[in-house]
Amino acid sequence: MPPDLLLATAAILPFLGSIAAICLPGHARNAAAGLAGLVTLASLACIALLYPAASGADPVVWAVDWLPTLGVRLVLRLDGLAWIFAVLVLGIGALVVLYARYYMAQEDPVPRLFCYFLAFVGAMLGIVLSGNLIQLVVFWELTSIVSFLLIGYWSDNASARDGARMALTITAAGGLCLLVGAILLGRIAGSYDLDVVLASGAAIRSSPLYLPALVLVLAGALTKSAQFPFHIWLPRAMAAPTPISAYLHSATMVKAGIFLMLRLWPVLSGTESWYWIVGTIGMATMLVGAWSAIFQHDLKGLLAYSTISHLGLITLLLGLDSPLAVVAAIFHTVNHATFKASLFMAAGIIDHETGTRDMRRLSGLWRAMPYTGTLAMVAAAAMAGVPLLNGFLSKEMFLAEAADNAGEHWLNLALPVLATLASAFTVLYSLRFIRQTFFGPAPHDLPHAPHEPVRWMRIPIELLVLVCVAIGLVPNLTIGPALAGAARAVLGARTPDYDLAIWHGFNAALAMSVVALAGGVALYVAFGRRINVNPRGGPWLMDRLDGGWLFERGMTNLVLAARALEARLGAERLQPQLRILFLAALTAAAAAGVARGLDLAAPGRMTAFDPAFALMWLVGAACAVGAAERAKYHRLSAAILVGGAGLVSSLTFLWLSAPDLAVTQILVEIVTTVMLLLGLRWLPKRDRAIPAPAAEAARAARRRLADLGIALLAGLGLAGLAYAVMTRPAPDGIGRWFVEESYPLAGGRNVVNVLLVDFRAFDTLGEICVLGVVGLTVFALLRRFRPAPDSLERPAQQVRHDAYDRARAGREPGHTAADALLVPRVVMTWLFPFIVLLALHLFLRGHDLPGGGFAAGIALTVAFMLQYMACGAQWVEARLRIQPIAWIGVGLLVAALAGAGSWLFGRPYLTAFFAYWEPPLLGKVPVASALVFDLGIMILVVGASALMLVALAHQSLRRTRAAEAERAAEEETA
Amino acid sequence: MELVLSAGIGVFAAAGVWLMLRPRTFQVALGLSLLSYAVNLFIFAMGRLTVGAPPVLGAAPDVVSVDDPVTQALVLTALVIGFALTALFLVVLLAARGVTGCDHVDGREPHHAEPHPGNPHP
Repeated sequence: MPPDLLLATAAILPFLGSIAAICLPGHARNAAAGLAGLVTLASLACIALLYPAASGADPVVWAVDWLPTLGVRLVLRLDGLAWIFAVLVLGIGALVVLYARYYMAQEDPVPRLFCYFLAFVGAMLGIVLSGNLIQLVVFWELTSIVSFLLIGYWSDNASARDGARMALTITAAGGLCLLVGAILLGRIAGSYDLDVVLASGAAIRSSPLYLPALVLVLAGALTKSAQFPFHIWLPRAMAAPTPISAYLHSATMVKAGIFLMLRLWPVLSGTESWYWIVGTIGMATMLVGAWSAIFQHDLKGLLAYSTISHLGLITLLLGLDSPLAVVAAIFHTVNHATFKASLFMAAGIIDHETGTRDMRRLSGLWRAMPYTGTLAMVAAAAMAGVPLLNGFLSKEMFLAEAADNAGEHWLNLALPVLATLASAFTVLYSLRFIRQTFFGPAPHDLPHAPHEPVRWMRIPIELLVLVCVAIGLVPNLTIGPALAGAARAVLGARTPDYDLAIWHGFNAALAMSVVALAGGVALYVAFGRRINVNPRGGPWLMDRLDGGWLFERGMTNLVLAARALEARLGAERLQPQLRILFLAALTAAAAAGVARGLDLAAPGRMTAFDPAFALMWLVGAACAVGAAERAKYHRLSAAILVGGAGLVSSLTFLWLSAPDLAVTQILVEIVTTVMLLLGLRWLPKRDRAIPAPAAEAARAARRRLADLGIALLAGLGLAGLAYAVMTRPAPDGIGRWFVEESYPLAGGRNVVNVLLVDFRAFDTLGEICVLGVVGLTVFALLRRFRPAPDSLERPAQQVRHDAYDRARAGREPGHTAADALLVPRVVMTWLFPFIVLLALHLFLRGHDLPGGGFAAGIALTVAFMLQYMACGAQWVEARLRIQPIAWIGVGLLVAALAGAGSWLFGRPYLTAFFAYWEPPLLGKVPVASALVFDLGIMILVVGASALMLVALAHQSLRRTRAAEAERAAEEETA
Repeated sequence: MELVLSAGIGVFAAAGVWLMLRPRTFQVALGLSLLSYAVNLFIFAMGRLTVGAPPVLGAAPDVVSVDDPVTQALVLTALVIGFALTALFLVVLLAARGVTGCDHVDGREPHHAEPHPGNPHP
């Protein structure tokens, strides 16, 4: 496989594996772990194979266009630095999979864990392989989200939920800052491409936007790497399962911030601001972390604060602005990942086999688990910086750097002292970890009797400890070449000469190391007992400062402030909201009128006045005003008056050369009115006789007056605007083009229909989707419809009719109603085929004459509706099976497939095709793919509108059924 | 004609806005219908008024004088969406009436702090 494809495979495999893992059944622990292990190893193999290519002068690159208009490409880029991080991510990942297989209990939903885990591996790989800043931010945020899911994996645990939320809040906020920072960097450099950005370091550092960009990028990096004062989320993230803590919160994800600072080191470092921000924060984090770690009683808590401290150390190294310090930072990142992951796993084993992680309860575990104890001791020694282990080497480099940089600033002056102090603290807590857990008297009253774990659970630790020892003994043969490649990728020509040897002779660094080791032991001897008891709980000097509490308090205040603001500014009730909306619209229109000058008296064109038209509109206006007046107490007449207004508007369309609109409007009007009538019976009785409270009356009158004012202003404004536009000459719009091209291009003479089903067919497809969705929504809402009790009674007329029918012999309830409707019923039944014919006619002629799929669909619905009205729902459904939901689906499918048909001819979606066909008798018939599309519209419209009507009509049946069941129950009890 | 139609649009809009500001759901539903008539006619009028020249071409198309098909197509779309909107609104108001027990737009009577006492499913 060519290198770029190998790289793409490595990057995409974890995501595919993640999707596969979630498809496994919930108890498939072995299958999920096997899948995750195979995927991780396969990716690792790809990356390993790429080592020769990645260590060359040019990185391996695989790229596709992503957002070409924004100049954003999806670029995977593997150089020495990315290689070493990718191996870390995948190598430790594979070991964590093996460990997690034995750590997780059978009851846990393990496939879900591995799904998240693989998604995390993919996201983390995405970060280190990104060759584009925007892409890097996307994967960056993805790691925050997956980390949230993993911390909250045991979601029934409150501390897991809180920890997950805090981690997400802090790291995702940092990620947003990073996004802005990346955009700034991209703007300065002129491209988001990493190679371009890396090449324009000088331009970026001299730009006036350098400082904001630096602060924003660092906000992302420092929150992710848990630097002071953002470190508070990391100890709380320890609520995650231990394999996850080992992986995300010590070995990999928290290193993303370090990686980013390394990646952009050539661009951003070398200035005063970089030195002060990164150096100071790194120093503070190192000391605060180490100091807090000393006082933890929870094994994982100790390791978490120790991680914070080591991350601070690496950050401090990066802040020093010396090439050797960068080498030390990369080296320590690798070393920390190996020894800290193994320590976390050891802590997990102790927790797993004894049931507790509290160092005050643990002691003397050496007797029960000597093997695990040895491994943990070696790893802890590496953490403390004991010679012959990897931690010693990178710590020596750090101390040497601290000694070399002493002198220029006060920070530098204090550097050797503070570095030695932090190292002594590290020795102290490493010693305490081992001493408290494995030595001392035999443990008593532990939840489980301690014993060695299963063999497979120890293998990951063995391998990691082996790496610690191997690097510590023969660094040049193991890490040497990869480290050199990574350093070259960051530093380029500035790569310094360095020597990874264990023995550098007697120098300052060695002296500091010796002081730190001796000091740490001495401190433990002096204070160890008091630290173990520590009645005040928190770390000495800092026990009053609870970052978590401050954070929670801040979040609570934020929510309270938002609520207060909402209470002050929000309008909960609909009427004030609508009033504000209308007033805002009026103000905006008035402002535009005042600014541009409203000139009504410029009649450019007028159509001849017709008294009949005026008379029709007099009726229309009366209908509208009448409806407005009667809508409260006389709903039936108001609904009919609104129908009248609709009729007038339909006639206006007809009058003014819009027959399609007229046909559609009148058909829609019929269906809408019927729906309103069906709905009316479920509304509460409203009577003028019920008086409003006297105090309300005056206020209500004022409100009505104000509303009347708004309504009149709105009407006046719209009328004026309409008049002003209508009397001006029309500009040359696009209408002419459609009229001219309708026949030549689409073979249709009805331009409006051609516009809908051909030129703008995609809009229409969207529109019928909306209609289908509304139909289904109506159906779903009415399925759970619970009528109010006062609307459950049968209508008075029906009760009277049924009473009459029951009193007479030979009559059944319902006969009187049936008799009253006899003539209309016969007429309506017979009308059915004719209306169906009319619908077909409207449909077929739609392309050339007024009509079309929509009008035909509504007409067909009217045909069904008349049958329901004439004979009742049960009669119709016994004879006619209408399945409206199927109609909706078929209609949508037909329309979508009609569009997809053009793909067969290599044309874009919905390209129309037409021809004329002359069958016998019928004459010339247009055959257009648009006709098929129109057929889809018709079927869907029938489905959607029939679904709405039938669902509404069925509510009455449901009520009857409920009443009948009640009556039957009553009879039984009687 | 222009004067009559614009006055008509104004009356429809005023009646619609008035009804939309009323407290009962049914009034608001009718108001929405009236306002959508007004707005549809308004959009249609943006193509200017033409009598007796629908955009349906004869055998020899005279393309100069027919009415603007673009505004008509827009209004046709608006009619369909308006129909769907009215249906949805009607059903939502019925469901709200069933759930809250009253037909006020806020789901509760203004002078009751609590939902209607007749409400079986608060």
